[in-house]
Amino acid sequence: MQKNSGTLTGRFAAISAVALALVAAIAAPASAQNLPLQKPWKTIAEYKKDYVRPTKVPYLAENPYTPEKERLGQMLFFDPRLSGSNAVACANCHLPGMAWTDGVAKSVGEKGAIHVRNAPTLFNLAWTEQTAWDGRTEYLEGHVKGPIGNPRVMGQPADQLIAELGAIGGYRDAFKAAFPKDGITMDNVMRAIAVFERGLVSGEAPFDHWIKGNEKAISESAKRGFMLFNTKADCAACHSGWSFTDQSFYDIGLSDADEGRIKIIKLASMNHAFKTPTLREIGRTAPYMHDGSIANLTKVVEHYNRGGDVKRESVSEHVRPLNLTKAEIGDIVDFLLSLDAPDKPYPVPSLPMVDHKAP
Amino acid sequence: MRRYLVPVLATFIGAAGSYAFAAGTHTVVQSEKKFSEAELTIAKGDTLVFKNEDPFTHNVYSQSPGIAFELKVQKPGESSDIKFDREGSGEIRCAIHPQMKMKLTVK
Repeated sequence: MQKNSGTLTGRFAAISAVALALVAAIAAPASAQNLPLQKPWKTIAEYKKDYVRPTKVPYLAENPYTPEKERLGQMLFFDPRLSGSNAVACANCHLPGMAWTDGVAKSVGEKGAIHVRNAPTLFNLAWTEQTAWDGRTEYLEGHVKGPIGNPRVMGQPADQLIAELGAIGGYRDAFKAAFPKDGITMDNVMRAIAVFERGLVSGEAPFDHWIKGNEKAISESAKRGFMLFNTKADCAACHSGWSFTDQSFYDIGLSDADEGRIKIIKLASMNHAFKTPTLREIGRTAPYMHDGSIANLTKVVEHYNRGGDVKRESVSEHVRPLNLTKAEIGDIVDFLLSLDAPDKPYPVPSLPMVDHKAP
Repeated sequence: MRRYLVPVLATFIGAAGSYAFAAGTHTVVQSEKKFSEAELTIAKGDTLVFKNEDPFTHNVYSQSPGIAFELKVQKPGESSDIKFDREGSGEIRCAIHPQMKMKLTVK
């Protein structure tokens, strides 16, 4: 009896398992099912735990935060005299009123030169090790020198910049306060701007209030979008964590000629690969992608829904037809827009001017 | 705590009347975009097996002098191995997920 009962239970369990598998297969289209080895989808409450904001901004041990460095870095960031023509500030392409982007596909730099790639937001880069779309530099501290010296961006040789800053009394004082040992050097320009940029953290968005427990903070559509983002649409495979980036590099199937990270790391997987950008403030950073080729978020989700535009060996396995309906795409866009914090005015700093009593 | 590093016992191999020890094999698992080992010391001639237990493709490589190598792209579930015949030390990373890094010393 015991044995028969066990056998019957086993058969019932097997039949139930088959029935459940069939139901699951019907509920999720074949191409949207989990990838090999992917863990079973979790509940919405479990996914929410993956997106809790950090409480502290990280700074490098060799370049710790000081208010003097941050203040100096902010002045330098907004000062067009950092460029060879004295016309292009960092803020030309990274405007505070546009979530530290500039609203165009490719920025206009020194002497009207058009940049190679889209200007990314500067939000949350304190958590980034490989900076720029192709990850060519390490940390913000290692990145700043590149745009200043690049003839297409700001076109200012380091020695000329140091001489120019040294001629301005307000900068001499600000560097002395921030770097008492060695004052105005190119390394200190980089350190100060990096400390300022590390402080650019996206604000608390409706999504964050929902994560904290306010069920009314975002719409039901956005909640459905959040689940799709983590499951059927597979967005979270790369856009993971509180800032919605895994800081990794993927070919997402765009048809432009830019070969991306393979110019830095000569591996086939890096062909056309670019860094996963944050999705914080994503509603305010159009146009999208490393080439700025996609005008709005609906078109971005449609790009992924059709599995990208080109077939290449290097295209990530996560870029594949998703079978999202029009309504589901709308839900995902609603969710993405819940990541925008309310607009706040940004005070632009006063910049030091010429010495009026200089000989 | 589960340990993934599995030293394989050296085995005797008879050849032309002499005996030799086969080199050790060590397994490093890739899971949740992390290597199972942060730091590893192996002997010259040992083999490292990289086992991808993630639902993501990985591409393990090193550009450090002495241990430089490149594995082929590993799809989910795949394993690849690499033998280290020279002494050296350096960093191993995943090209796709550069936050995945571990230190290797070959003595």
